[in-house]
Amino acid sequence: MAQPDDPSSPSPSAGTAPEGALPETAVPDTSTPEAARAHARAQAAAASAAWVVPATDAGDLPDGVDAAQVVWDETLPPGAYTTRRIGRGTHLHLTDRAGDASVALVVHSAANPAERLNVADTLKVQWNAYLTEGMLLLSAMGRVLATVVSDTSGHHDLLCGLSTAAGNDAIFGDGTPWGPCPSAEDRLAVALARWGLDRRDLTANVNLFTVARVGSDGSLQLDPDSVRPGAHICLRAEMDLLVSLAHTSHPLAGPSQYPSGEVRVLAWSGAPAAADDPWRSVSPEAERAFANTDDYLAAAGVTTASGAPR
Amino acid sequence: MNRVDPTDHPTVATAVAVPGEVAVDEVVPALASWSTVVPAGETLRMVDLHGNQAVDCLLYAAHDTTERYSAQATVVAQRNVYLTTGSPLVSNAGRSLMHITDDTCGRHDTIAGACSRESNTLRYGHHTIHQHACLDNFLHDHAQRGMTARDMASNINWFMNVPVEPDGSLGIVDGLSAPGKYVDLRADVDTLVVVSNCPQVNNPCNAFDPTPVRMIRFVAR
Repeated sequence: MAQPDDPSSPSPSAGTAPEGALPETAVPDTSTPEAARAHARAQAAAASAAWVVPATDAGDLPDGVDAAQVVWDETLPPGAYTTRRIGRGTHLHLTDRAGDASVALVVHSAANPAERLNVADTLKVQWNAYLTEGMLLLSAMGRVLATVVSDTSGHHDLLCGLSTAAGNDAIFGDGTPWGPCPSAEDRLAVALARWGLDRRDLTANVNLFTVARVGSDGSLQLDPDSVRPGAHICLRAEMDLLVSLAHTSHPLAGPSQYPSGEVRVLAWSGAPAAADDPWRSVSPEAERAFANTDDYLAAAGVTTASGAPR
Repeated sequence: MNRVDPTDHPTVATAVAVPGEVAVDEVVPALASWSTVVPAGETLRMVDLHGNQAVDCLLYAAHDTTERYSAQATVVAQRNVYLTTGSPLVSNAGRSLMHITDDTCGRHDTIAGACSRESNTLRYGHHTIHQHACLDNFLHDHAQRGMTARDMASNINWFMNVPVEPDGSLGIVDGLSAPGKYVDLRADVDTLVVVSNCPQVNNPCNAFDPTPVRMIRFVAR
């Protein structure tokens, strides 16, 4: 069944209840286990794009993407988070529908989560502080975790890190996980806890769809031009990854800037960087990062662009 | 040039005359790791004895090392990417572990990270894989206390100069430091300070010649 994918489409609570669901005003009969079970099961009839299962039911796909390839389709309301293991070659495509998102992203190697995104190496090795198309997310092991294969957002923030409960409390009046403005730090902490990871594993992150500009004196200002409704970024996994996302606010956001729109998380299976992939040769540093990654994977028995396992 | 007597150099002699009672006074050899716990209220002075020597530095709450320095939290707290006098050194729990009370260098880096054997292969080529690097110093020191790569966090690079251009371009460029330049860190809580006296010889962060630095822990008068 194709799923509606329009954020403006009415939800059951906002309008006509879908067939099979109880009317909003009815007092449900949950007086016995049998009645409670019937009540619980009836709720599943409410069609939703929050999480499309199976993912191959996904609709509204980017050009060239076949629904049969889709492995993940989830829509995050403001404040939501998600975490998933994705395989090498998987393309992770995020869309900022309203143009006001700031998605905190952390990435760990699924095989060894102690290998994780290293923001400092990512910006130093690529000689630039602003993440954009063609750049790599690097680990401290000199390897590529993911490649930014497309990006209509412009630049993404590597400098400012996570919003915090205390910060959001000061900015929005409530930073609790159960309130309207949860923080990226709290969201990612519970995301990582699902893998048995803890505070030691939560280190510097990327903020997608927002960027803070560095002035000549080192000052930091959130760039208002990063508001781009419908902007998307697509990351290609170059090894098996744990990806964790929090759709919260940027730490430099003002009181009116907690995101209001949805972020769609879509992923499809695909191939990692081929031998002639353009982003392999974008710089000598990138060439060596891919070479190191191939070398590491080949020794682990994975077929790479350099050939079958040695 | 690695064994200059500080008294031979006026700026160094000035730098090592701290305004307080000295608790620890040690020279960290070129290339080496070093660590100490600075009790709340005490000050750690790092002296760049020979000039342009990057000192890579991690900070942890001494009693719970899962609380640690965060470069991102720090640059957001002060709305600036460069560290100097007045900068709070903020942890992942959002509090200041230490703050800079004096700085004769003027500007320090906290976004460009620590060198590693692995990142050296990306930046300079595979022939550098067995060169000593800051990550090895940090992991060596961590191993002494049961900490691992999971405890690695963003770091500070004292005396290292990393300008950011309007288009985001950045790089480690010639340093602003000089013999006898120093920075003072006052501990706000008991803080474990782990440093790597940077062994890097492939970029200008150590003027291509790693040299000793001096660490003086004192109680300010």
